[in-house]
Amino acid sequence: MGDATHDIPERTPVHVIVNGVSHTLDLAPWTTLLDALRDHLALTGTKKGCDHGQCGACTVLIEGRRVNSCLTLAVMTDGAEVTTIEGLAKDGTLHPVQQAFIDHDAFQCGYCTPGQICSAAGLLAEGRARDADEIRELMSGNLCRCGAYPNIVAAIQQAMSRS
Amino acid sequence: MNAYVGTPTSRVDGRAKVTGAAQYAGEFQAAGLLHGFVVTATIARGRIVRLDASEALRVKGVVDVLTHANRPPLADDDDAWKDEVAPEKGSPFRPLYDDVIRFNGQPVALVVAENWETAKFAATLVRIDYEQDGFATDLDAKRGHAIELDKPHKPRGDAETALNGAAVRHEADYVIPTEHHNPMELYATTTVWEGGNRLTVYDKTQGVQNVHKYLCSVFGKKPEDIRVVSPYVGGAFGSGLRPQHQVVLATLAALALERSVRVVLTRHQMYGLGYRPMTIEHVALGASADGKLDAVVHEAIAVTSRHEDFARNDTGWAEQLYRSPNSLLSHKLVHLDVSTPCDMRAPGAASGVCALECAMDELAVALKLDPIELRLKSYSERDQGEDLPYTSKQLRECYARGAESFGWNRRNPAPGSMRDGKELVGWGMATGVWEALQMPVAVRIVLTANGHAEVSCAASDIGTGTYTIVAQVAADALGLPIETIDVKLADSTFPQAPVEGGSWMAASSAHAVLAAAEDIRQELARLAKAMPGSPVGSVDIPDLVLVDGMIANGNDKSRAVSIADVMRHSRLERVEKQKLNQFAEDKSHARNTHSAVFAEVKIDEELGVIRVTRIVSAVAAGRILNTKTGRSQIMGGVVWGIGMALHEETVMDHRFGRIMNADIAEYHIPVNADVHDIEIIFVDEPDHRINRLGVKGLGEIGIVGVPAAIANAVYHATGKRIRRFPITVDKLLD
Repeated sequence: MGDATHDIPERTPVHVIVNGVSHTLDLAPWTTLLDALRDHLALTGTKKGCDHGQCGACTVLIEGRRVNSCLTLAVMTDGAEVTTIEGLAKDGTLHPVQQAFIDHDAFQCGYCTPGQICSAAGLLAEGRARDADEIRELMSGNLCRCGAYPNIVAAIQQAMSRS
Repeated sequence: MNAYVGTPTSRVDGRAKVTGAAQYAGEFQAAGLLHGFVVTATIARGRIVRLDASEALRVKGVVDVLTHANRPPLADDDDAWKDEVAPEKGSPFRPLYDDVIRFNGQPVALVVAENWETAKFAATLVRIDYEQDGFATDLDAKRGHAIELDKPHKPRGDAETALNGAAVRHEADYVIPTEHHNPMELYATTTVWEGGNRLTVYDKTQGVQNVHKYLCSVFGKKPEDIRVVSPYVGGAFGSGLRPQHQVVLATLAALALERSVRVVLTRHQMYGLGYRPMTIEHVALGASADGKLDAVVHEAIAVTSRHEDFARNDTGWAEQLYRSPNSLLSHKLVHLDVSTPCDMRAPGAASGVCALECAMDELAVALKLDPIELRLKSYSERDQGEDLPYTSKQLRECYARGAESFGWNRRNPAPGSMRDGKELVGWGMATGVWEALQMPVAVRIVLTANGHAEVSCAASDIGTGTYTIVAQVAADALGLPIETIDVKLADSTFPQAPVEGGSWMAASSAHAVLAAAEDIRQELARLAKAMPGSPVGSVDIPDLVLVDGMIANGNDKSRAVSIADVMRHSRLERVEKQKLNQFAEDKSHARNTHSAVFAEVKIDEELGVIRVTRIVSAVAAGRILNTKTGRSQIMGGVVWGIGMALHEETVMDHRFGRIMNADIAEYHIPVNADVHDIEIIFVDEPDHRINRLGVKGLGEIGIVGVPAAIANAVYHATGKRIRRFPITVDKLLD
């Protein structure tokens, strides 16, 4: 099927380093980083909860900064280093935030969890949160419908105290 | 041996969830996978008169556009579309069945393309002309058209006369808005075409066998043709009890095209699924001058669709909680041009008990009684509707423990009397109640010679912790470390389980594990006794226990033989047993969980901003299998209660019959900054009657009572009664 009435725009090569591995992807320019990760690199740990930057489930780290990957076109990340949930553990050892999430039962269904953990890892790097109130405020871009928020705060406090 | 049951065991699926390894329905891969994007109706009622997909079909990469006009065959009788939790009365919605539009947001076409972006773009090119009929979506406007359900609660005494003669009475309407579940995961199905007409369906659902049976009957398939799998579910809260639109659409497309197809609903499209129905709850209470209830009248008027009668028990809870010689309870429905409501966390109770417990607070004020004292004066030791005692009911203890921890005795009852700087402080409380149900569930245990056990069951874990409690119970029953237990759930080919809902899965699955493990024990015991020179040869089978990888004399654990030795000696690689749980038929007692919820709010007097600074929830729910995941479940319910009290409302533009806030930013749910201190107290509640382990379930009880406790705290802080939820700034400042 399909003639030239609505041709999809030409594809663009995008070079991106994900979890330390270099990839060159051939993407339609409207492809988001989120869809590039999930559909083109089969890294489905990064979740789609709204596709509108409202829920934070798609949070990844770009050059160490936490970003909603659904609001980021993949072409914008050309040459950038992206860290997803799959890249946080090193040599089988969980990142302190991942371990703290298990210790404090900071999730139930697990769907917002990769975004929460990436966001928390970014928060630690920012060094802005000093107490529970500040953690709550600075983690409010990541929704959790299971309502694990107090456990998420406790987990982040544990990770903060050990980093 | 109880090494695990009752302990704060971490989730066995925790590592998968924190590393991104857990795979959800829309994440399974298949060769040549196609992507479907749904086109939805933009009118509330009428008919499609023209649907033109030609432009969409011209887009490069579009494979097909499926509509009611070109779809493959679908069952044409209602029974085929009735899943295990469908309302008894009515005609279930059938996606792409015909040209009739029943609600705004109804799926009317599926654009299938080689990739998702193309399908999404081409969906915007499908042109549809409608013939619009008159429609109604406004419950307030149509209240007078309510129809009483034909199964009302049996009236007791003469409530109206008692109410008229009561020394003190309180009567009011409380309005609960429509609410949507909004699980974080988008509704998704990946239907894999396996060839030979066979399908594997990865679906977001709370019941794989429910979906399996439904798909077989809808598409006229043999049970072996379809397998439904759902290992991880990114939240559901009731929205995944019934098979949803996307599973029909993905499967329909896979059958039409003989290709694998994934369909993911957008957040916006998920507002076309089920929801907690808006209800107008009318409550009238009459009491003697000393505060004993004499009359309870509770009438609920709820939304349902024009095509199905969905109703839950909103009004029966006073029968469980408060002794009153007279009661009159009824439930009415208004048929509107909307999709059918569905179960949402503590369906019926979350709404009905909210109204009842706000009314009780208002009665306490009228009587100048402490709210706890009022409740204790009419404390009911029996379920009055059924006239039965409870298997256990430690609600008094909940009041006492909750009040003590909260510091309730320091409360000044006068509204507006407590302050913290420029904020008004309000303290409120309410009672919660839910059912303790149990359902038929079977599990299969395969014990292998290397000391590992695989435990499988069709039940889902929607975040509730089923993987973990099944592993705990199995580890204890088999006498093995929890690391050696491999729990496999949510595959329609596994032993039977109903949908995961109603708080019944913990008790039901745990006792299925016990039943299968008992068969394993007996088999191993027989084999152990039969070994030549067996150290347990003279021990009776009932006295043999499984402990630390051994079969041992329960009275003298030094007499034991290792399971590995028994299996090696018997030349067995595996021992496999499958068993259905068995609950004794017992209609002599009512089975319920209870809670007492205490809330503190702080309200900016000038701006009306409300913060819920503290919640104490004291819960009596029998034995808690896992105090860590159990606490999380109650905490989640409390957070839902905060949302119900202050945030959540699906807003309809009745001129178009269209939801205006169909996303997750305009539909407000609690965020991290909205949630402060939550203390969960599990009150000790031994229950030797309900089931062997004394388990009651925790999924719903956490939310019940929370919205009322917060509303009552808002009144205490401000002197204002907001009876139309959610309690927002504009209502408070009005």
